[in-house]
Amino acid sequence: MAKAANPAARDLSWFVDKLAQGLIFLGGISGILLIIGIFVFVSREGIGFVTNGLEWGEFFTSPAWRPTSKNPTFGALALIAGTASVTGLAMIVSVPLSLGAAVFIGEFAKGRTRELLKVLIEMLAAIPSVVWGFIGLSIMNEFIIDAFNVPVGLNVLNAGIILGLMAAPIMTTIAEDALKAVPDGYRQAAEAMGATRWQVIWRVVIPAAKNGLVAAVLLGVGRGFGETMAVLMASGHSINMPTSPFDSVRALTATIAAELGETAVGSEHYQALFFLGIFLFLITFLINLTADVVVRGIKKG
Amino acid sequence: MFGPTARTLQDQQVEQRVKIGLGVVTGLLVLPVLIILTLLVIKGGPMISMEFLFSDPTNGMTQGGIFPALVGTIWLVVFALLFSVPVGVAAALYLSEYAPDNWVTRAINLAIINLAGVPSIVHALFGVGAFVLFAGFGTSILAASLTLAVMTLPVVIVSTRESLQAVPMEFREACWSMGATRWQTIRRVVLPNSISGILTGVILEVSRTAGETAPIMFTGAAFFLPFLPETVWDQTMAMSLHLFVVSTQVPDVPEALPYGVALVMIAMVLTMNAVSIGFRMWLRGRRKW
Repeated sequence: MAKAANPAARDLSWFVDKLAQGLIFLGGISGILLIIGIFVFVSREGIGFVTNGLEWGEFFTSPAWRPTSKNPTFGALALIAGTASVTGLAMIVSVPLSLGAAVFIGEFAKGRTRELLKVLIEMLAAIPSVVWGFIGLSIMNEFIIDAFNVPVGLNVLNAGIILGLMAAPIMTTIAEDALKAVPDGYRQAAEAMGATRWQVIWRVVIPAAKNGLVAAVLLGVGRGFGETMAVLMASGHSINMPTSPFDSVRALTATIAAELGETAVGSEHYQALFFLGIFLFLITFLINLTADVVVRGIKKG
Repeated sequence: MFGPTARTLQDQQVEQRVKIGLGVVTGLLVLPVLIILTLLVIKGGPMISMEFLFSDPTNGMTQGGIFPALVGTIWLVVFALLFSVPVGVAAALYLSEYAPDNWVTRAINLAIINLAGVPSIVHALFGVGAFVLFAGFGTSILAASLTLAVMTLPVVIVSTRESLQAVPMEFREACWSMGATRWQTIRRVVLPNSISGILTGVILEVSRTAGETAPIMFTGAAFFLPFLPETVWDQTMAMSLHLFVVSTQVPDVPEALPYGVALVMIAMVLTMNAVSIGFRMWLRGRRKW
């Protein structure tokens, strides 16, 4: 670019160019500003919960979340267990399905079938979380009651299956990208040795794409962890340490969604909910960061 | 004489089985979409009528239509786009046209990935802390739209960046060599050649924005408000929250009603997705380079 070396170049279009560059740079760093902003503003509302004598031991080890009782206790263990059990079951459902589908779509399916499958998976991703929640509440609830002969169908199983289906599209897409990123030379070399297609995939492509596949799973975990409406509606929303998939539980996200409307701004309960928000933010941040580091690993390799 | 050995035959058999197995797994993943859509159409279809779409909810939301929620969702989506499209396109332009390979760029990319991964309820808390309270917008369409805009920003950035990067480098170089500035090149060459790709991403964002519930629950969406919003300072009903309310908060709702609301939502979202996908395929067929 002709810079200030030529003063005659400083005409109107030079200034327009600099102005545009400035505005575009501002837009460019908006992502960074927003992520910092989210942390700052959520912390600003929730920090009082820590400074007013948060008992860390109680928070992490007591299952008693009783914010509205006379002697309020803020034990988040049952909520953490609720989130963990639902996310865990979701991963049991969606990891094999997503990775299997990624291999099938990326390596076996051809032409129209492939396009159709990709469109269907995009449709799966497009269903809004509140509609998933409603499906959990109605269709899945009836199905679980009938199939397992239990009185209530809103439980870990229900929310886990719903969440598994919700997390599957992103995992499938990222896993397929990772498989696609393996150089064709690897495949050709293995094929030249007489390997069948499956042998190539199992022994060469999947090991080479390992990091991308791990990142795909991590992002899926992040999705499950942060999902709100679907878990709120499908999990039964009762505070419980789950011992079986048929127990109702309550998730961290769902607790905030259900209780924030009833709290007064600045009250202890209000601050506690924002503190749960900080906790969720930090955990998902960590998961995404790890996924990014893992993906960076493949690019070097 | 040189026929396949027993080992080769066995390998081929394994291959066939694996292929069928993976096909079944993929089917298990896409089958629920078809089942869900069918059930929603069967159970919600009878609800759909002009009256359902264009009248107010009545009788404690157990009867009547969804008009205020439909209009409210349109308000929220339009204002969210007004904020997120300019910022998102600028961010994508920076990453595609300006960004050097340094730590700032890496930090931006990381921030965008994280922004996409922040739980929707944390976005809601941010909206309450930043827009409702700190900025003093109160619970209003403005606060809710801004919250939605922040949440869906990564969708615009990622899709716009992709379509900008699809413009061949030679186009830019040809323009620069004529003495055009960077901005002139962007405005006259890069944007015109990628505008349809950018639109595809925006349509996708509309569908995402219309479906979100958690971010608007405490920032501007109301459970029940039987009149239409007039300014951005008003609260409004919204389709997503309405589905939550009629399926969990209101007693004695006839079973078909929430199915009807869910069906309208799915139809809205999938139509926009289909338009976006169709647009993308059409573009791919038409691309000149």
